[in-house]
Amino acid sequence: MRKKLLNGPYLAWMLIFAILPLFIVVWYALTAEIGGERSFSAGSLARVFEPIYLRVLWRSLKLAAVSTLLCFFFGYPVALILTSRQFKRRTILVVLIVLPMWMNFLARTYAWLTLLEKNGVINSVLSFLHLPALSILYTDAAVVLGMVYNFLPFMILPIYSVLYKIDHSLIEAAEDLGATPLVTFRRVIFPQSLAGALSGVIMVFMPAMTTFVIPRLLGGGQYTLIGNLIEQQFLTTYDWGFGSALSLFLMALLLVTGALLMRSRGDGEGGLW
Amino acid sequence: MARAEEIIRLKDICMDYGGGLILDKLNLYILKNEFITLLGPSGCGKTTTLRIIGGFEQQTSGDILFEGKSISHLPPFARKVNTVFQHYALFSHMNVYENVAFGLRIKKLPETEITRKVGEVLELMNLPGFEKREIESLSGGQRQRVAIARAVVNEPQVLLLDEPLGALDLKLRKEMQIELKNIQKGLGITFVFVTHDQEEALTMSDTIVVMRDGLVQQIGTPIDIYNEPKNEFVAGFIGESNIMDGVMYADYHVSFAGRSFECVDKGFTPDEDIDVVVRPEDIKLVPADSGMLRGVVTSVIFKGVHYEMMVKVGEREWMLHNTLMEPVGREIGLDIYPDDIHVMKKRKT
Repeated sequence: MRKKLLNGPYLAWMLIFAILPLFIVVWYALTAEIGGERSFSAGSLARVFEPIYLRVLWRSLKLAAVSTLLCFFFGYPVALILTSRQFKRRTILVVLIVLPMWMNFLARTYAWLTLLEKNGVINSVLSFLHLPALSILYTDAAVVLGMVYNFLPFMILPIYSVLYKIDHSLIEAAEDLGATPLVTFRRVIFPQSLAGALSGVIMVFMPAMTTFVIPRLLGGGQYTLIGNLIEQQFLTTYDWGFGSALSLFLMALLLVTGALLMRSRGDGEGGLW
Repeated sequence: MARAEEIIRLKDICMDYGGGLILDKLNLYILKNEFITLLGPSGCGKTTTLRIIGGFEQQTSGDILFEGKSISHLPPFARKVNTVFQHYALFSHMNVYENVAFGLRIKKLPETEITRKVGEVLELMNLPGFEKREIESLSGGQRQRVAIARAVVNEPQVLLLDEPLGALDLKLRKEMQIELKNIQKGLGITFVFVTHDQEEALTMSDTIVVMRDGLVQQIGTPIDIYNEPKNEFVAGFIGESNIMDGVMYADYHVSFAGRSFECVDKGFTPDEDIDVVVRPEDIKLVPADSGMLRGVVTSVIFKGVHYEMMVKVGEREWMLHNTLMEPVGREIGLDIYPDDIHVMKKRKT
């Protein structure tokens, strides 16, 4: 009885802020306004599959995938260095990695705008050194840069936490059996860290897939990803039905990819999920 | 018997983690095919010694020779020894077969040979047909055997074992003690075994090295160590003992507990203060008026094979083991024969 009472606030919270909005989204996605009244219609959902929107989805997938991959290739070595026994200033580096996350997301992204601008900081330095100017602002490259920059900590931290927990005697056992450090990494450390790597991939891929601020600021106005498309429906064209349908579709997509990744991981421990 | 060949020699090994000496000029030689046990309380440096041999720790000073050549500078993967770790350290992302095959794959043996060797070693470890099993599904004793299999499949000349039986329950531990000893004999290789369990050491070893605070206290066969402990620490650590102060007033004559006894020791300075050790099972129970000593039983505990009785003699309690019981409060006599009195020099403090 008392347990139920304690559950109360949590259940209410979930109901109001998770279940209810979900139902509202489903409601808007599956209805259309005809003659001042909303009635059931598959029209919005069908529009999601029009080629022009599928292209936006494809581009979003591509950029999110590239960003996730880059995050993995930059993040894994950093996590590895963090866990190395010789590394004495671990805490400082962890704080340095987490620190940018405490700064406002918008401010961080705006900062890149000034850095990358035609006459921005980077180009001033380049021209001072008589090097060709860099003009990646408002391109895929700038968007990917923004995503990697913003989401890298989400890759590093889960991998770090898993690597950190690997029993050191496993590494000693591998060395004892004749494995060089490289073989030890390939056959023991990396397989043991897969759970964390998968968590990191999910933690980066999901926000990269749904972000609308990064493509708008660093991709320029003309640049549309699925996040921007959804935002437009709610804030510009007021087509809540289509916006909801897109959101629903994206959610389903992420759920399926997430579930697939989870299944491939098996029963590994130590991930975030 | 011909003198056995030496395989490992530790020369003046010192280890200092920055907070005092863990090992203080350790000298030790290990023979081919012997089962040698490093025994001592926690913090005595036994595990550190093993890790230095394995290459997981670098000694502060001193040298290790393997078949006469220094291996101090070699990393673990280049040393011809294998280790069985305290908590097995099995690779949970691989099945039993892959765990055991790990070292063979690194040596790039052909797959057919790997399959044959893994099969043989699993047979030897009493784990036939376990190849496909996941580590998670194994019991503690089975994991232990996989860990040993993974090490011995590489046919090392020396196997290092770091308290490998610590995590097992008593019954399994006893079985594994016998099994390990048989495996060692069967393989004909050297085992360097670390434990804090004196009974384990006595059961399995050819040679026991008793350590304390980074210093070797005594090296000898189990029988030597038990019957002729060199000092009161060894006597107290190995088995139960009555340890007391005595005086060696002449060769073959010692006095303690208020009277003099004949003994088998000599060569002390006259009237030298010494420690006397008498094992509880060596004290004979006799009628009160015919004993060398006389005392009153103060407590009796049933220990299975024998009774453990505390007997008050003068101001001091003695521990006695006997298969017969005397009730609490009874006055009894105690006899101690010369052979059973162990006289030891006092440790310099």
